[in-house]
Amino acid sequence: MIDFSRNYFDLFGLAASFRFDLAALDCAYRQLQSDVHPDRFAGDSDAAKRLAQQSSARVNEAYVALKDPVQRAQYLLRLHGIEAISETDTALPLAFLERQLERREQAADAQAAGDIPGLTALLADARAESAALEHMLGQLLDGEKAYAAARMQVRELTFLAKLADDIDAMLAAIDS
Amino acid sequence: MALFQISEPGESPAPHQRKRAIGIDLGTTNSLVATVRNGLAVVLPDDEGRPLVPSIVRYGEHGVETGYAAMAHQTDDPQNTIVSVKRLMGRGLADLADARRFPYRFVDSPGMVKLDTRTGVKSPVEISADLLRALRERAVDSLGGEVDGAVVTVPAYFDDAQRQATKDAARLAGLPILRLLNEPTAAAIAYGLDNASEGVYAVFDLGGGTFDISILRLSRGVFEVLATNGDSALGGDDFDHRLFCWIIEAAKLSPPSPSDARLLLVKAREAKENLSEHDSATIVATLAAGQPVNLTLTKATYTEITGNLVSKTLQPVRRALRDAQLQPTDVKGVVLVGGATRMPQVRRAVAEFFGQPPLTNLNPDEVVALGAAVQANKLAGNRERDDDWLLLDVIPLSLGLETMGGLTEKIIPRNSTIPVARAQEFTTYKDGQTAMAIHVVQGEREKVSDCRSLARFELRGIPPMVAGAARIQVTFQVDADGLLDVAAREQETGIEATITVKPSYGLSDGEIAKMLADSFAHASDDMQARALAEAQVEADQIATATEAALAVDGELVGDDERVVIDSALTQLRRMQDGTDHLALRAAVEALNHATGDFAARRMDRNVSRALTGKRVDALSS
Repeated sequence: MIDFSRNYFDLFGLAASFRFDLAALDCAYRQLQSDVHPDRFAGDSDAAKRLAQQSSARVNEAYVALKDPVQRAQYLLRLHGIEAISETDTALPLAFLERQLERREQAADAQAAGDIPGLTALLADARAESAALEHMLGQLLDGEKAYAAARMQVRELTFLAKLADDIDAMLAAIDS
Repeated sequence: MALFQISEPGESPAPHQRKRAIGIDLGTTNSLVATVRNGLAVVLPDDEGRPLVPSIVRYGEHGVETGYAAMAHQTDDPQNTIVSVKRLMGRGLADLADARRFPYRFVDSPGMVKLDTRTGVKSPVEISADLLRALRERAVDSLGGEVDGAVVTVPAYFDDAQRQATKDAARLAGLPILRLLNEPTAAAIAYGLDNASEGVYAVFDLGGGTFDISILRLSRGVFEVLATNGDSALGGDDFDHRLFCWIIEAAKLSPPSPSDARLLLVKAREAKENLSEHDSATIVATLAAGQPVNLTLTKATYTEITGNLVSKTLQPVRRALRDAQLQPTDVKGVVLVGGATRMPQVRRAVAEFFGQPPLTNLNPDEVVALGAAVQANKLAGNRERDDDWLLLDVIPLSLGLETMGGLTEKIIPRNSTIPVARAQEFTTYKDGQTAMAIHVVQGEREKVSDCRSLARFELRGIPPMVAGAARIQVTFQVDADGLLDVAAREQETGIEATITVKPSYGLSDGEIAKMLADSFAHASDDMQARALAEAQVEADQIATATEAALAVDGELVGDDERVVIDSALTQLRRMQDGTDHLALRAAVEALNHATGDFAARRMDRNVSRALTGKRVDALSS
C-alpha cells in the first residue's frame, strides 16, 4: 500500500520541480504499480483488494498529474498554496486573450473549410508558444522559485493547452 | 481479512497447492478455454481433439445443446439455435440496427433485448452462461476438479453495460471470476511473453462480431496499453452478411425464410473462408422450396464488395494512434488476432497502413484464450518462471454525467489507465432544491442523447439551501475489470448515495443468487466438503494473523475493543473444527468486522513499510 498523505513527487521519490526527468517518472511509476496493482492481490481478502484498487488509482492519478507539464505546473503551485486558476480570479493579459480569440476564430474557419494544413499549422503554432512558456516556467519555478509570479504563465499555458486539445479534436473529427 | 494487508504483495500468507486456473475467450463465433500446464499455456480440446467451441446454443426438445451439437441444427431450427449472441450482450432492441438480420423471435425488454425460445424467454446473459457452463465443464473434466479461478475476455471496446453483462453471465455459469480482460491485451500478453518483445505494438483484433485496436508499450515486463479504439458491432459476421446480400442479388432471390437465410449465411461463410486460400469459390445450395443456387465468386469481386468494411477498421486505428500521440511508423510490430484477420484483403490493408507485414506467428483463433490463461494462472497465485510482469490497461470510452441542457460532463476521459478514481463537485441550481438526479453516461459525444446511458440514481435529503450553496461531490471509480461505481455525497451534511453501475436490465443480485442456487441444487457432497475445507483454512489464517497482530500492536486496541476482538477470536477458534462452513464463514466475517478499526490504525501507522519483507506467519513465530 502507499502513504496517501505524501505528495505526488514524494510518492515517486522525485524532487518537486517543474523541469523534470520523464524517464525517471516512467520508471518509478512502473515500479510502484508493480507493488500496488490489484493484480497482485487477486487472491487476497476484499479489504486488501479494495486497498490495492485505491492505491493503484492514486498512483495513476499522480502519474497523470506529473507527466503533463500543464498539470505539473498547476500542482507545483498548489503545493505552495497557490491556485493557478480560481473561480474568482481568471484574469489574463488582454493582448494574450485577443491573440487566443483570433486563433480560435481561425481554427473554426479552418475546421469549417476542412483545411487540415491550416489546422495543423495552428496546432504547431500553439505548441511552439507552449514550449516557450514551459521554458520560461522552468526558470521561474526551478531557478527563481517565484511561484506566485509564475501564476500568470501557468494560466496562459493552461489556456494554450486547451486550445491545442480543441484543434486536435477538430483534426480528429475531419480525419474520421 | 483486513489484517492480511501486511503480507507481501503477490504472496498469500499461507502456502497453497496449485490452483486450477483457466482463461476463456468468449467469442462471437467461437469460444475457447485454456490453462497453463507445466509452465505452458495450452488450449483444452474436446474428446475429439477440437480446440474451438462454436459459440452456438440450441434450446432443443431434449434440453440445451452447445457447440458443434447445436451447430448441426442451425438451419433446421434457426429460431431456437442462437448464434452470435455476443452481439446482443448489453444491447436493447433499439440498439440493434440489424435486428432483422437475425432469425430470432425478439422480445423487447428494458435495456437488454430477450429471445423467445422453445424453453422460454432467454436473455443474452443466460444464453452466454449456457456457453460458459459448457466451457467450464470441459475444464473440470480436463483439469480433474472444479475451477478455482477464471479470466474471461471481452472486446476492449465493450462499454460498461456489455462488460457487466459478461460478468453476470460468468457468475451465472458458476465461474469464480478473477478478472475481465480485454481481448487485444490478452493477445499481447501471449505474444509479448512468447517473444520477449520491447517497444510499441499494435494489436489488430477483428473477430466474428467485434473489432478492437489496441496500442501497447511493452517494456521490462510491463504491458502498458496506451490507447484503444474499435467498433463493438463490426466483425467477420458483417463480411458474411455482405456476401449473403450479394448472393441474394446475384441469384435474384426473393427475401428468404429464416432457415433459407441461415443456409445461405452458412454458404457465405464457407465461400469467405475458401477465398482466403483460393482465387474463386462456388456457392451451391438448394433452398427449401427446391430452388437451386449456383454461383461463382472471384476474390476480386469479394474484395470489392467488402472494401468499405475493411476501410471501416482503419478509422479506429487512426483514432487510437492519435490518442497515443504516435505515428504508424512508431509501431514496431502489428499482431493480428481473430479469425477474420485471415482474409487477405484485411492483411493487405493493415500492412499498407503500418508499412510492414503483420505478425502472424501465433494462431489468431487461440492467442486470446492463451493470454487469458496466463493471466488467470498469475492471478490465482500459481508461481511460474518469468511471471514478474504487470498489465496496465485502460477504459475505452469516456465516463461522465449529464449536466444542464442535456450535455455531457466528462469525469474520466477515455484511455485512462485503470483502476482510476476521480471526483468532481456539482451544486444545486434552484433555491431549496433537496434532491439531485445523477445520470451516468458513457461515450465521446457532447450530447447525452448520443451517449450510452449507464445508470440513473438520486441523491435525496439535501437540506434546503440557496441555489449554488450545496456542494455535491460525485466520485467515479473504475476497477481493474473496467467496471464503474459512482457515489454522490453532499459535503456539508455528509448525505450519500452510491450505485454500482448496473444496466437497468441487468439481473439483480437476488436473481443471480436464485439461478445459481437452482443450478447447484444437486451439488455433490464433495463441493460441501471443499467449501468447508476452504473455510477452515481461511479461519485459521485470520485467527493466526489476528493473534500475531495483537501480540505486535496490541497497544493500538482499546479495552472495550479488545473484549470484542477476543470474543470473536474465541468463537472462531471454537467453531474451526465444526462442519458448518456457512457458520464458520460468518464467524470469520465477525472477526473481520471486529478488527476493522484496528487494521485501519495499523495501516495509519504505516506498519507495512516497517515490516517490509516480513510476513504474518513470520511475525507470529
